[in-house]
Amino acid sequence: MITFMNSSDSEEEACNERTSLISAESPPAASYQDGLQAPEAAETQTYRKRRSDGSCSPSDADGGNSDSGLPVRDIAVDNKEEEELTLKYGAKHVIMLFVPVTLCMIVVIATIKSVRFYTEKNGQLIYTPFSEDTPSVGQRLLNSVLNTIIMISVIVVMTVFLVVLYKYRCYKFIHGWLILSSLMLLFLFTYIYLGEVLKTYNVAMDYPTLFFVIWNFGAVGMICIHWKGPLHLQQAYLIMISALMALVFIKYLPEWSAWVILGAISIYDLIAVLCPRGPLRMLVETAQERNEPIFPALIYSSAMVWTVGMAKQDTASRDLTQQTWDSAEDVREIHENPAYVESEIFEARSPAPTHPTTSLLEELEEEERGVKLGLGDFIFYSVLVGKAAATASGDWNTTLACFVAILIGLCLTLLLLAVFKKALPALPISITFGLVFYFSTDNLVRPFMDTLASHQLYI
Amino acid sequence: MGATVFFGCTFVAFGPAFSLFLLTVAGDPLRVIILVAGAFFWLVSLLLASVIWFISVHLSNREDSRLQYGLLVFGAAVSVLLQEAFRFAYFKLLKKADEGLATLSEDGQSPISLKQMAYVSGLSFGIISGVFSVINILADSIGPGIVGIHGDSPYYFITSAFLTMAVVFLHTFWGVIFFDACERRRYWALALVVASHLVTSGLTFLNPWYQASLIPIYIITISMGVWAFFTAGGSLHNVLACLSCKQEEDNRVMVYSALQVPIED
Repeated sequence: MITFMNSSDSEEEACNERTSLISAESPPAASYQDGLQAPEAAETQTYRKRRSDGSCSPSDADGGNSDSGLPVRDIAVDNKEEEELTLKYGAKHVIMLFVPVTLCMIVVIATIKSVRFYTEKNGQLIYTPFSEDTPSVGQRLLNSVLNTIIMISVIVVMTVFLVVLYKYRCYKFIHGWLILSSLMLLFLFTYIYLGEVLKTYNVAMDYPTLFFVIWNFGAVGMICIHWKGPLHLQQAYLIMISALMALVFIKYLPEWSAWVILGAISIYDLIAVLCPRGPLRMLVETAQERNEPIFPALIYSSAMVWTVGMAKQDTASRDLTQQTWDSAEDVREIHENPAYVESEIFEARSPAPTHPTTSLLEELEEEERGVKLGLGDFIFYSVLVGKAAATASGDWNTTLACFVAILIGLCLTLLLLAVFKKALPALPISITFGLVFYFSTDNLVRPFMDTLASHQLYI
Repeated sequence: MGATVFFGCTFVAFGPAFSLFLLTVAGDPLRVIILVAGAFFWLVSLLLASVIWFISVHLSNREDSRLQYGLLVFGAAVSVLLQEAFRFAYFKLLKKADEGLATLSEDGQSPISLKQMAYVSGLSFGIISGVFSVINILADSIGPGIVGIHGDSPYYFITSAFLTMAVVFLHTFWGVIFFDACERRRYWALALVVASHLVTSGLTFLNPWYQASLIPIYIITISMGVWAFFTAGGSLHNVLACLSCKQEEDNRVMVYSALQVPIED
């Protein structure tokens, strides 16, 4: 899920990554022209909205502004300006999401290409019980479809369970579940990963050092993710656990099942977020009604926010949305509730501050402008690219094509987010492009480029 | 073979592209988006060309090697034409985007000019084209092996790297010239760009006779570079002024009513 935050956080937030230790920068002064444009804003609002809907492009009007906030005008024309600002800041937000998605994919690709463990077949998860080692193509296809049905139904059940828990305010249960899954990821999976990397490079490490390293890594990770920590450190940990989860999926999902699951989960994502009775949509709406953010442990946040001045009492009554949640863990040997991977894009309704008495210079309330993307999106993007790297017969072109396709899908999704301003699923467009490019590049482009390269021809 | 060859060839092939990216594109989010979208457009054009080639190969006699070579030439030509067609399509898209950005901005001017977009789109085509041509070769160069043991040229890697660098530069220059030609409707310039792309691709068919392929390609690259420089508004005067680090006299007029300096493109 991608969430687009337009409002600053309320003060009641106990643990929120946004109240974490971030260096504050002095907010820029209000632009002189803002006040001048205010009167016309009302009439031009609808006009601009129509124009922008019609001629919107992936590139937004962000001329390299390096600020991270803009003083909000406290006039009644905030909606129009918020639209403008939303679209204006779109380019920067796209890049704020490109970078972590790219980093996650780079980690996964680097691991797949170097560590042999993650491309060896060593059994399957219990959620994909049907084997693909069958002689006939039809049987294999049937098995992969059955695996997909089982996996998706597990995910649906778990999502519904989570929504029910959230609706009935069983916060402790959810917190415990999330803490358990991040414990698993940060300690066990990291231990396995580190072991395999050390084996690949034939580096010896004694147990005390290993314990020291893993303990510190895991403990700091738990604190950063579930409590407070520097934003960049939290982002780095979220990227790392997404990469670890993606690697587990790449290793344990059989080939055809992986592709069918990717396709099915983007369809499920579309349904779950956009249909009125979809579980994720209900989750978002419940969170919006209650004015709470959903657990920050499973969302990647790119925003930095701080509030100055009079913002707090007004924005406290606003919706803060976001969510996407994703937690996925599948462990063969331990029977636990698997979490699932959901991905959605969300956008917070921006508050329209209504204190007309403040002057232009006093409107130094910082608004948070940030986008949040669910960890499930990271995981499935990385699964797609990692599978392309693992199975595309040693070809880098396929991996790169999938990478570009996913980035473009993300860009288009963010564009739609800026236009529609509501929760949107992040998976469908990117995964569709990724799948199309994977299969076409692997089967059509690769022979062409290989033949050209063998004659050293350039096109 | 080995790390030396790998790093050497990678830096030869992608050094300029990487530096251009870091210095001119990476700082501006809009340009990064234009870069990635340009790469996407090039990929789609390559996909279509591969489909055409694939179909033609499957419909033909596989055993006839001359026919297969002819089909490869045909496929390469189709690919070049499709790349230029998609460059035109990208031009149209960026023009629309430019208008949209100008509408959305506060002062009615787009934050990025069409010339900058031309440069970034050219660079994006160049980078993705170079990467797709040479990345598998670079990956193979890390491993063990002896180049040209069956009688082929032993200079395969280094010439591939230099060809890739030329391709990156060429696409950048072509992008600038192409967009300017489309903007000013100079169709002869368009035709010249397409023709030079075809000629460049055709010259690579002379590999491994590297004197006949590399040197003319570099001559074309340099001449395209000069042409692009003058198209983008450069002149001898600019070069001299830049080299002498003089402060230009500012004879622009401050427009007080809008508190804006007229922005030069």
